[in-house]
Amino acid sequence: MTCSSLVRHVCAAVMAAALPIAVHAATPADLQAAYGALSGATAAPDRGQQLFTSRHGREWSCSSCHGAVPTQAGRHSSTGKSIAPLAPAFNPERFVDAAKTEKWFRRNCNDVMGRECSAAEKTDVIAWLRTLK
Amino acid sequence: MNLRSLCHRRSWIVVAVVASLVPSHAAFAASDQRTAGVVPLARYKQECAACHVAFPPGMLPADSWRRVMGDLPHHYGTDASLDEAAVSELVSWLGANAGTYKRVREAPPEDRITRSAWFVRKHDEVPAAVWKRPAVKSAANCAACHTQADQGDFNEHAVRIPR
Repeated sequence: MTCSSLVRHVCAAVMAAALPIAVHAATPADLQAAYGALSGATAAPDRGQQLFTSRHGREWSCSSCHGAVPTQAGRHSSTGKSIAPLAPAFNPERFVDAAKTEKWFRRNCNDVMGRECSAAEKTDVIAWLRTLK
Repeated sequence: MNLRSLCHRRSWIVVAVVASLVPSHAAFAASDQRTAGVVPLARYKQECAACHVAFPPGMLPADSWRRVMGDLPHHYGTDASLDEAAVSELVSWLGANAGTYKRVREAPPEDRITRSAWFVRKHDEVPAAVWKRPAVKSAANCAACHTQADQGDFNEHAVRIPR
């Protein structure tokens, strides 16, 4: 599946899951549900945490830039620039735009794992981030 | 005096004060040509300034920007890929605002701003140990010392080197 077709699938799933919201005004719960629907698996927050905090045969984990518990600002591992908190309870701008979410999963999974994340992995990560209060 | 004429009078006072503070043209000619006068495109700030400072487009020549934007999936060690519409909007804007000033015209090694001759010369007073401080970390982290870098202001008067 190509990136753009996946975006369309996610957008479609988000709309289906949470009508009548606009695609660019999703909620973290909508996006978790949309990826869950794509994968056919139930989200597991503990698996999401494991993926987020572990290295996957490369230099960085997600935590390298976002912090092990991303409830506060992180720091970009190569440029040093501050990164706003990722946990949605601490930053209302996170996981409210399907295309933006898809863009960052694509880039960052590639940097951390050398491949794109599966829909199951994405739903797990969002589920874990949503448990952080 | 009514409010309108008061405002009018005040604006002239502001103009006069600002004019008296502006140094002669020659005083900031060089850095002026690399950084000033370009309002960053909204898309540029949104897409590029998420990971690093919105580097002024005048700091690299058009050839460098074209190469950088032509390989975003391999962007200095990270995947910075964007959709085609975003890339083409950014390429046009960067090309139109790229550096043409003589010190910028030549592409630096690896198309890195920090390898440009003018950058190296401007920073030759900064000891090697300063670059390695945790608060600095990378020469690309302009904002570590240039406190107004996110506003496109790299004037040395706003430099505060972290301990």
